[in-house]
Amino acid sequence: MLEQNISSLVQKLRNKEITSVELTQSYLDKIKELNPSLNSYITVRSESALAAAQKADEAIQAGTAGPLAGIPIAHKDLFCTNGIKTTCASKMLNNFIPPYESTVTARLEQAGAIMLGKTNMDEFAMGSSNENSHYGLVKNPWNTDLVPGGSSGGSAVAVAAGMAVATTGTDTGGSIRQPASFCGITGLKPTYGRVSRFGMIAYASSLDQAGPMARSAEDCAHLMNAIAGFDPQDSTSAEVDTQDYLADLNKPLTGLKIGLPKEYFGEGLEQGVADAIREAVKEFEKLGASVIDISLPNLKLSIPAYYVIAPSEASSNLSRFDGVRYGHRCDEPKDLLDMYMRSRAEGFSKEVQKRIMVGTYALSEGYYDAYYLKAQRIRRLIKQDFVNALNEVDVIMGPVAPSTAFAIGSKTDDPVAMYLEDIYTLSVNLAGIPAMSVPAGFSNKMPVGLQIMGNYFAESKLLNIAHQFQQATDWHLQTPSMEKGA
Amino acid sequence: MSLDKQDVQKIAHLARLALTEEDASQYQSSLSSVLELVEQMQSVDTDGIEPLSNPLEMTQRLRADEVTEENRREAFLANAPSTEAGLFLVPKVID
Repeated sequence: MLEQNISSLVQKLRNKEITSVELTQSYLDKIKELNPSLNSYITVRSESALAAAQKADEAIQAGTAGPLAGIPIAHKDLFCTNGIKTTCASKMLNNFIPPYESTVTARLEQAGAIMLGKTNMDEFAMGSSNENSHYGLVKNPWNTDLVPGGSSGGSAVAVAAGMAVATTGTDTGGSIRQPASFCGITGLKPTYGRVSRFGMIAYASSLDQAGPMARSAEDCAHLMNAIAGFDPQDSTSAEVDTQDYLADLNKPLTGLKIGLPKEYFGEGLEQGVADAIREAVKEFEKLGASVIDISLPNLKLSIPAYYVIAPSEASSNLSRFDGVRYGHRCDEPKDLLDMYMRSRAEGFSKEVQKRIMVGTYALSEGYYDAYYLKAQRIRRLIKQDFVNALNEVDVIMGPVAPSTAFAIGSKTDDPVAMYLEDIYTLSVNLAGIPAMSVPAGFSNKMPVGLQIMGNYFAESKLLNIAHQFQQATDWHLQTPSMEKGA
Repeated sequence: MSLDKQDVQKIAHLARLALTEEDASQYQSSLSSVLELVEQMQSVDTDGIEPLSNPLEMTQRLRADEVTEENRREAFLANAPSTEAGLFLVPKVID
């Protein structure tokens, strides 16, 4: 396993113990070795990565290097990259080359990070297993018969299998946290509006949020320092000051009040997952925290509310794919309507078409009040639950997902079973609060993720809490042996 | 809430998706099961609760009405499936 500790790598690069070219080459070698079996990258950019590494080495030499100079990372293939194919894992965008750069990728480039390539995902970020990609499914490096989670599955696997130091992901209903949990890495979904959505291909605009995926909370903090902050190009970007996300990592947790919602420990939760989470909570008690039982009474409603709001917004966002300006166009359209209908039917997978139709139905005349507005009212109830709870406690903890990674193909025929997987993550996006997934043990030999949810813009606190846990435990340092199949 | 095939074809038409007969019967059951799932919402009393559209309850920020983008016609046309004379080309709309 290659080293994946950003602080230490930055130090070694500055001390000239290693060069970025060497480091980047070693990651490219790892990708060459493992990607054919794991399929975590859609696009690998060897030449441009090595050229950028060369420049980073020169900048380090000249003393003009940015904070992440020379660190090899990868981006979910949903962030537009200027001049580099961006597919969103869809046939629709099979040949799309963005003429502009997303804010997230631009800021990381500005900080000196090296882009190794673009990672696989569920098409248009719709999925919880990364089985729904035009470029093939992604496998979990801990056991290649199992899914890596989704939708940022490729990004999670790239970190877990040592094919990138860190990656970017996006989280609309759990798409950073759940794959982080399934692959045993650390992921942060920031507060809605904390990280710019400019240049992210939209799924559900009132829920989408980009964030870092890495080995540790400290590495996530390094990425947050680059990507967080107001962006005038995103109309819902929050005009709230950022912090130095590394500054508070070492604060002691004495007096921390942790809330455990009883709804997160009910029916459907795998015993091994529950045990690992309880053990993790005990570790926090040792670190000086106190634990309070709380309730989020409307948790169950987050599933129906989400599966109205997200598809509705998707139906609107994905109407831009019309075969005119970019994307797939069918052969020999006989008229404009035929071109729209066949281009979209050919370009989108079944799951994407299904969500578009659910949303179209929910927004159609006569149903808008009963579905979309009703879901938005329930959304307020869910938000209020979190606001009430976070008046009582500093953070809320629970599992990320009801189980560890499941078998490839085991849920593809039952969409509702797949949707129920997201019960512990969806509510966070509906409320807009930040949350992390932190490795906290194993069940059935597969990683378990602890979810830490905090108040609006409390990313620093979440990273501090996760970092302190990672100083006391070594779950985040466990890596897959890659013996089985891969 | 259960949909018949005609409902599915109507939704698909609104969404501009061409469905075969076979697709339509597949979607008939999968859409119905999703709608059944979201039906749970109807049992909740939400009278007097305002819909929440932005989790931070922010209002849309406005910017000054100034040109901020340069003309990049060629770059944007480069991704189009069909262009002519600097324009996007589509099937004949008016005879």
